[in-house]
Amino acid sequence: MTDAVFDIQNLTVVLGGKRILSALDFTLHAGESLVIVGPNGAGKSTLLKAMLRLVPVQSGEIYFKGRSLKDWSRRELAQHAAYVPQAGERAIPYSVYEFVLMARYPYLSTFAALSEKDHAIAAEAMAQAEVEKFAHRPLYNLSGGERQKVFIAAALAQCPDILFLDEATAFLDYRHQTEVLSLITKLRRDQGVSVVSVTHDLNQGALAYDRVLALKDGQKVFFGSPAELFRSDILENIYDTSFHFLEDSESGRSIVVPGKAVL
Amino acid sequence: MKEHRLLLFFLLLSAVVLCISPFLGMTATSLSGVFGRHADALESVVFWRIRIPRVLTAYLAGGGLALSGMAFQALFRNPLATPFTLGVSGGAAFGAALYMRLGLAIALPGIGGSTLAAFSGAVLVILLAYWLTRLQGGFATHTLLLAGVALSFFLSSMILALQYSASLHDSFRLVRWLMGGLGMVGYDAVLSLFPLVATGAVVLFLLRPELDLLLLGDDLAMSRGMELQRTRLLLFFSVSLMVGGIVSVCGPIGFVGMMVPHMCRLLAGTGHRTLLPASFLLGGAFLTLCDTGARILFAPAEIPVGVITALLGGPFFLFLLFSRNTRRMLR
Repeated sequence: MTDAVFDIQNLTVVLGGKRILSALDFTLHAGESLVIVGPNGAGKSTLLKAMLRLVPVQSGEIYFKGRSLKDWSRRELAQHAAYVPQAGERAIPYSVYEFVLMARYPYLSTFAALSEKDHAIAAEAMAQAEVEKFAHRPLYNLSGGERQKVFIAAALAQCPDILFLDEATAFLDYRHQTEVLSLITKLRRDQGVSVVSVTHDLNQGALAYDRVLALKDGQKVFFGSPAELFRSDILENIYDTSFHFLEDSESGRSIVVPGKAVL
Repeated sequence: MKEHRLLLFFLLLSAVVLCISPFLGMTATSLSGVFGRHADALESVVFWRIRIPRVLTAYLAGGGLALSGMAFQALFRNPLATPFTLGVSGGAAFGAALYMRLGLAIALPGIGGSTLAAFSGAVLVILLAYWLTRLQGGFATHTLLLAGVALSFFLSSMILALQYSASLHDSFRLVRWLMGGLGMVGYDAVLSLFPLVATGAVVLFLLRPELDLLLLGDDLAMSRGMELQRTRLLLFFSVSLMVGGIVSVCGPIGFVGMMVPHMCRLLAGTGHRTLLPASFLLGGAFLTLCDTGARILFAPAEIPVGVITALLGGPFFLFLLFSRNTRRMLR
């Protein structure tokens, strides 16, 4: 019980009169990473936002590290959890370095300016995400893939122990997809950062997570290990379409392909 | 370093403008006439009793308006949003006009009744504009600006109605005041304006990191640890305070809050660490210059400073509306 990072009980979220999530329950333990999958409009992004207290909760409870999420100040929460939103939402009028530095906000006191330490942490985060070379370019001049890496760098500058990613690889070209995925893997493996990620592409490393939560119409339809998810009857139930599997001859991993196998 | 040089330049500009403009106007005053051994009594009175308070008022009002505009642009994430374009100045003007018309005399210690009335008007319109944008489920730019235009129209008609019902004398006074003028301010204006602008400026100064974060969008700002509601309330409060104070003294002077922060943004970037002091300094210098122009352009006649800022600001607004940078920000 004590090692639960997230304990979500009977969570219901209603936005604009529409029920987005209903009666959701699950527990995430320390050190575990979670991937949230499901068809479009299933409530994946909303669940992510609810876990970050960015949307109001209608009923139910979210406990983060044993304490109700409502009782966390934003500042405290930001020292533990960082958010990488879906790409391409809005033009941000800052340079990359300014943007990453702004992520040090939860560590600032009202009167104190940014310290040397904050600059060092921002630089370190940019190095990790390999975005130092565009440090002084404005954010709106970057390509989607570069932008995504900058957003991850900014989240890292927050020094979180849990990182929330919303469709981190959507709309990226193959090279940037690979780079972003390997960056996420590195963070989990080398820095012990837990990741909660939303994706709709099951082949984007869903197998590498400890837990998979599948949502459909705002309800939990599957919660378990990735190995259990990769069964055609389960996937069919989630996505309402048939699937078959291919095996990667190099790694031996399964690859999910939608549609019936054509023989 | 570039930022420091820019601020230093604006500081010098302010100093020069503040030193020179009191000498300019319908009645020419000269250094020797004011400070010399044979100081001229009339020149000295004009200088000390009229020009100095007027210039100080203009500087405070200009700085305050520029800061209010800057805060609104961050809050609404829109370069065209200012207290003037969103009808907040109109609300303040209506509050103050109503107070004048009714001939009320309510005052809290240190704050005049018309300032209080203007402040209340400003708060009401801010809350209304904000509620309207929320109703839309977001800050849709066009909705916001159109709502501002509609509110402004509505408030001007209310003011017109007040005016129509007023006596000829009161009505004339109201019209002159509504044009935005600094023609008849004394030290009492400076004294009543200073605490309001200073309070607003200090609050905004402390909120520089929050102003930066607001431009990222609500979700990202909150996930970085910003308390959104508290920040918005503080911004509403400080802008209402400044706009209420300025409008009750000078009338609704438009466009300073749009032009000045935009120019500063081009020169200093979007970070409020530099943008905030730059906007205040340039806003003060700018309005003081405009007011000096208002005194000397058609001397011996004088035109209201609000007319000058509107003549400059109208085209500037259109330019901003069609510029590519704005489009990128509005998307």
